[in-house]
Amino acid sequence: MSAVLAILSGACLLLGSFLLLTGALGFLRFADFYARLHACGVTETLATALIILGLMLLSDSYLPPFKLLLILLFVLFSSPTASHALAKAAWNAGVRPRDNQGKRDLPLPAGER
Amino acid sequence: MLALTVITLLLVMAVALVRAFAGPNVFDRVMAANLFGTKTVLLIAAISYLYGSPEFLDIALVYALINYISVIGVLRVTELRNEQRGTKEGA
Repeated sequence: MSAVLAILSGACLLLGSFLLLTGALGFLRFADFYARLHACGVTETLATALIILGLMLLSDSYLPPFKLLLILLFVLFSSPTASHALAKAAWNAGVRPRDNQGKRDLPLPAGER
Repeated sequence: MLALTVITLLLVMAVALVRAFAGPNVFDRVMAANLFGTKTVLLIAAISYLYGSPEFLDIALVYALINYISVIGVLRVTELRNEQRGTKEGA
């Protein structure tokens, strides 16, 4: 039984690490602030959930998985809120989407300045 | 496998620092700080499993709470500064 759990947690951790790396690459390389915000969001929700799931499968007692579940619950609530607040603050400060050459003349929705 | 996760987490935190220094405007830096904090939570949880002492998880939970509050606090400052300045300069 524990062998299956170990394999499952290894797979979860591996997938979580892969998503972390791809998200970090996107976070580093994307030209536009909002594209980077999306890459940062990917690493914060899915990769965190997979890694915490992998850690939960590793433990044998019952208290650490419960604490990990609390951490996961809070992170899944707080990181989208933080990303939304970040995007709102950036939009109010005048940061507008750019294309990958860095030019700003992307067509904005009607009524936007 | 756990060591691989810890190494990946350290790598992502380094990438967040690179973006924090290179980031053109202040919001990239706030986003890098947010990413850095979330990955510290995961790092603490992974290291607590690596060393087999599960009491680190309380620290990880408190760190997640504080990290969220700090991001909202910094964004509050930038919003107030823009309202006082009243201009919408492009960043």
